[in-house]
Amino acid sequence: MSLVRDADLQLTADRRPFASLYSRNVRAVIVRGLVATKTSNAAIMISGFVEPVLYLLSMGIGLGALIGTVQGPDGTEISYAAYIAPALLTVSAMNGALYDSTMNVFFKMNYAKLYQNMLYTSLGPLDVALGEIFLALLRGFLYATGFTIVMAAMGLITTWWALLMVPAAVLIAFGFASIGMGITSYIRTFQQLDWVTFIMLPMFLFSATFYPLSVYPEPIQWLIQALPLWHGVELLRQLSVGSFGVMTAVHLLYYVLMVIVGMTLTTRRLRALFLK
Amino acid sequence: MPQTTSRPTVIAADQLTKRYGDFTAVDAISFEVPAGESFGLLGPNGAGKSTTMRMIGGVSQRSGGTLRIMGLDPEEQGPEVRAHLGVVPQEDNLDQELKVRDNLIVYGRYFGLPLSYLRPKADELLDFAQLTDKANARVEDLSGGMKRRLTIARSLINDPRVLLLDEPTTGLDPQARHILWDRLFRLKERGVTLILTTHYMDEAEQLCDRLIVVDRGRIMAEGSPSALIRQYSTREVLELRFGADRNAGAAEAVEGIGERIEVLPDRLLVYAHDGEAALEAIGNRGLSPLTSLVRRSSLEDVFLRLTGRSLIE
Ligand SMILES: Nc1ncnc2c1ncn2[C@@H]1O[C@H](COP(=O)(O)OP(=O)(O)O)[C@@H](O)[C@H]1O
Ligand SMILES: [Mg+2]
Repeated sequence: MSLVRDADLQLTADRRPFASLYSRNVRAVIVRGLVATKTSNAAIMISGFVEPVLYLLSMGIGLGALIGTVQGPDGTEISYAAYIAPALLTVSAMNGALYDSTMNVFFKMNYAKLYQNMLYTSLGPLDVALGEIFLALLRGFLYATGFTIVMAAMGLITTWWALLMVPAAVLIAFGFASIGMGITSYIRTFQQLDWVTFIMLPMFLFSATFYPLSVYPEPIQWLIQALPLWHGVELLRQLSVGSFGVMTAVHLLYYVLMVIVGMTLTTRRLRALFLK
Repeated sequence: MPQTTSRPTVIAADQLTKRYGDFTAVDAISFEVPAGESFGLLGPNGAGKSTTMRMIGGVSQRSGGTLRIMGLDPEEQGPEVRAHLGVVPQEDNLDQELKVRDNLIVYGRYFGLPLSYLRPKADELLDFAQLTDKANARVEDLSGGMKRRLTIARSLINDPRVLLLDEPTTGLDPQARHILWDRLFRLKERGVTLILTTHYMDEAEQLCDRLIVVDRGRIMAEGSPSALIRQYSTREVLELRFGADRNAGAAEAVEGIGERIEVLPDRLLVYAHDGEAALEAIGNRGLSPLTSLVRRSSLEDVFLRLTGRSLIE
């Protein structure tokens, strides 16, 4: 260790935009997440992969035997398992992203005090937020890849277009993670987080996940079409069979907007989220 | 020893204020710390010491006043300021999901430091913290003292120019405390500026060139430990115990001896230039305390004088 000289004690201001919030070192946050996963969280990682697969097996094969085939996005008949698989993948992307950006962030903030120790270094809150979002997306990417492989193994994939479900699932996760982190900045207690679950569960059940939207009366259809999960389900369903239309672009745009809104909100709320 | 005035100011706080709702935790305090000084915040629990430290680190937003750390505002230039800061928070916030050695290395990466620097540095710091054989242990398996040492080691990973220590030795055994003090002296010799909070007066006397006494968010006094003692107390203190319910009564009988008398629940303090002479005077009045002790004045006495309360409840 060298001697501290007077000249060392006159720092010059960093003039980059976001200099108060960002040190261009998202990588360190990501590395920390990977090392922590290796050391402590491997089991949780596996459970997140298994859950949608279990749903697919039980409902796709079990219920599927009862239901037989249903009409796919392009009008042709497909197996019930092939119908719900893209929806289950969407739901898993949503759940993982929301869990990581709400509960997990809230816990690391208020209980594990992880962010406090990061923010006492040259990291800024934006490094932390971007790093956490990236980790959530990486996890989403791995799950989506695994799930797609399972679908292929079950014979549910008939076109190469289906591979696009993986990047699309990551986009969906990005949308939810960025909004989720913004929401977390308003959360004060664990009880308030229950509201997130309270919104997620009905979305999961009613967003044309297990049956087509047409079963509902029109006003309900409009409501569901306004919610993000439906757009994700429809998008992945179209990709899974390689059938595209104007609506494909609409679904994509919905998520791009969600990311923009979510990231703007999160960036604005960084001080409220991390610097009390 | 007087400071040479030519050294730059490392920390300048002016009317620094922090409010939580209606409650003012730090109430318009002002102080400056020149380079290389070891500066203390001495005060009881709840005085606002940690809150002040958090504002210096730029992790808590102030409600008023200005603050400059090495010339920059930590709220506007947090990452740049903290790159040269080492922080030991009051509560160990080690990364529970990482092993002991990884705690150091990963923390170093938050500063953007390369692994080629961090690997040997981590081993050096593990050695300093006497945790070399725990390198691959989990944090949760460490004792309280070990965690504290690891937190202190971690704060040195970036060779900080300014080190913030919030009650660094709370929870350490006496031996570990003295080792830490020694290490802090060595950092000081290298020109590192130390800012520390404590409610241990012996620690403040040992380590601080200068300190502020804070209570309820305000500065009660400022100066070197010896100057404060000279200003607010007498050279010596005579401690008398007459037994639990008789201390207050005895106070009247002692009246007039020494310069000032403080009545505490368990004892009587007689402030006098010459403690032995005061004790003799008390004997001459026919009073016979159960125990008596003459000692030098300490910062504890300064605090008592300033606030009417004891530093440690
Ligand atoms: N996040 C917070 N919200 C509300 N009050 C707080 C918060 N942090 C600290 N305080 C209050 O501010 C006062 C000063 O606290 P602190 O700075 O921790 O004191 P010290 O470190 O001197 O013991 C205390 O009364 C404490 O209860
Ligand atoms: Mg404190």
